[in-house]
Amino acid sequence: MATLTMPVQEKKKVKIEDQEALITGAEAIAIACKLANVDVVTAYPIRPYDTVMQYISQLVADGEMDCEYIAAEGEHSQFEIVKHASVCGARVFCGSSGVGWMYAMEALTVTPALRVPMVAMVGNRALDDPGAFGVEHNDALAVRDLGWLLTWVDSAQEALDTALIAYRVAEDRRMFVPLAISCDGAFLTHSQALVKIPSAEQVKKFLPRYDRGDLLLHPDNVISVAPQANEDWVTEIRRQNYAVTERASDVIREVYAEFEHIFGRKYGNPFFEEYMTKDAEVVLLGMGTLSTPARVAIRKMREEGKKVGFVRLRWFRPFAGPEIAKCLERFKAIGVIDRDFSFGSPNLSGVVATELRSAMYTGSATRPPVLGFIGGLGGREITVPDLEKVADSVFDAAKGIAQPLTQWIGLRG
Amino acid sequence: MSTTFIDEKPTQNLEAFKGVKKVPHEEYYTSGHRTCQACESAQIMKLMAKAAGPRTIVLGSTGCMYVANTSYYATPWGIPWMHTQLGSSGSGALGVAAALRVQMRKGFMKDEPINVIAFCGDGGGADMGLGAISATMTHPDYNLLILMYDNESYANTDIQISGTSPYGVNTSFSTPGKVKRIMHHRWKKNVAPLMLVGHPTCKYVGTISTSYPLQAMNNIRKALSIGGPTFIHCLNPCPKGWDFDPVLSFELGELAVNTGIWPLYEVENGKIKLYGKTEQIANGRFKRLPVRDYLLKQGRFAHFVEDDIEYFQSKIDEMWNKWLVPGVIPLQKELDADVPPAN
Repeated sequence: MATLTMPVQEKKKVKIEDQEALITGAEAIAIACKLANVDVVTAYPIRPYDTVMQYISQLVADGEMDCEYIAAEGEHSQFEIVKHASVCGARVFCGSSGVGWMYAMEALTVTPALRVPMVAMVGNRALDDPGAFGVEHNDALAVRDLGWLLTWVDSAQEALDTALIAYRVAEDRRMFVPLAISCDGAFLTHSQALVKIPSAEQVKKFLPRYDRGDLLLHPDNVISVAPQANEDWVTEIRRQNYAVTERASDVIREVYAEFEHIFGRKYGNPFFEEYMTKDAEVVLLGMGTLSTPARVAIRKMREEGKKVGFVRLRWFRPFAGPEIAKCLERFKAIGVIDRDFSFGSPNLSGVVATELRSAMYTGSATRPPVLGFIGGLGGREITVPDLEKVADSVFDAAKGIAQPLTQWIGLRG
Repeated sequence: MSTTFIDEKPTQNLEAFKGVKKVPHEEYYTSGHRTCQACESAQIMKLMAKAAGPRTIVLGSTGCMYVANTSYYATPWGIPWMHTQLGSSGSGALGVAAALRVQMRKGFMKDEPINVIAFCGDGGGADMGLGAISATMTHPDYNLLILMYDNESYANTDIQISGTSPYGVNTSFSTPGKVKRIMHHRWKKNVAPLMLVGHPTCKYVGTISTSYPLQAMNNIRKALSIGGPTFIHCLNPCPKGWDFDPVLSFELGELAVNTGIWPLYEVENGKIKLYGKTEQIANGRFKRLPVRDYLLKQGRFAHFVEDDIEYFQSKIDEMWNKWLVPGVIPLQKELDADVPPAN
């Protein structure tokens, strides 16, 4: 498992001309913001996301990045400031973690409805109480029904690349919706890895200037933004936002293809990544840095002759329902590992398991059993032995041995 | 002098209108709204837009002036306007000012001074948005104005208590009952002095009243011209919320000043100046009218008994007789016991 590295006080000067650097996930996103020539950045402290703001502050102080850098007095203002800046045509960045993200909830709610292409980093963190610093996914998932695009990355390289992709997707005129990049707290935000940093020229080619067009709030374009409407128009307004989610998959696919064309790095299917699934009988599925122990566990089990694979869900919104259902219907059983919970949900499972069951019910011909596993809460590691136990249960389900629909991993009595 | 790293941008430098006849005819807040008859809050919107002129962006936080003003497909705004959340007038103005500034610096937008005004009601300003406004007041290099229109209640949602509701008032959260005559026993929040004392680099804080429209417009123009973040608190009589005949709107605005309840002043670069009748009260040229004249014209105080009126009067007397800066700053050399009347 990755080790926790605190942000270094003396930050290395990172030259960004086609260079490789040893940086954390948070630093990778800071560099992406610089490359994207972000205009307005708002910061507020909460671990673990906030190291990205420390890095950006340093980039501004060193004259490497030109933006308005505003330390807000709370997350609500933090998100409101950039929301307004974006309506005035500025490219914006902010972020949060855990209850900080929840403190901004009103601003998060109105941002998609206002068609604001804000890009935010969520350093996933457990919700209070009991105030754990470690990763859980319930913070970012809280906006899943509001129109945000949600993606989970599992490496610093993917964090940097996805931040660039994020601006291109969110600022596409067909979209104009906010996008959150989730990075598992500590495991990704604070862990260093070698990252290829593209040149500013390449990024310029990939990322055109954000153009707010006829929605720009400016004296040259006299419009009233977000007037009050009631039952006479709300259905139609909601349906317009819904249309964005219908288009999202195509736009995302297009942007990944363009990314590969310009930068040469391939992500394959943008929505989910398969690992050793070709001849697998069963698969495990999860989001974020779970992929690190999962790959190790899969390799170990493969050596023992167990035909198991792993699927990492990269985009949660849009949820590639039909596509993932088609992909998964060939397996005999699926084990979903949720680093979150959805209290009171059908089968009392995690969020991903519940969504996936819904997708499989309508989208797959075979409807294999989907077992839910809840684990890794509050930053606890999901270990290789944990995953072996999970796989055993999934294999049993594949053999027709009844298994509980939801199990808690490594729960102490 | 060493560099401060504060990067001030020029403003439009709006001169004062020299008399009513010099006020331009153009309206930037016109038909299309559906505020109540004699709504003084709508009146300050009109004056504010006229004072600021066409090169202005207005943000309106949730409240009467959002819900009653901007129905879908029927906006009264002739300048760009955007709804901002109830507690976000401070952060909204900051975001707009930041976006304009950086895009002008990077050459993405024509470089010119654009007025940024965020208005809020007393609920949005004195209650929910106070923290965000306070933070915004500390940013020396963004030119913007926060205008708080104060109708002393959440007047759009059914007239509920806000932080600026006067003592004893009958609202839908403080209706008098069989046991408690006075449900709201808090004193009105003194918002403008909160801004001026708490934010030493803020160059302009003031109070205005729609009963003095020319003065109000000129003070708004001054606040927009002086640079940096500025704050204006406007008292707006509300026929619906205060329960009076709409014909009295203007008169009640005057009475609030003449009774000493609503002092008019501006603080420019730290120097305080009382103006209008308030100045005359302060220097003894005008004797304050009894608060009774103001209170009894409004249904919201109809449950007051003599004790309540006396208590209200005593608190206003205290403002003028005991405060170190009479009517403005509630510091006293010696504190007297504050005894509200028993129920």
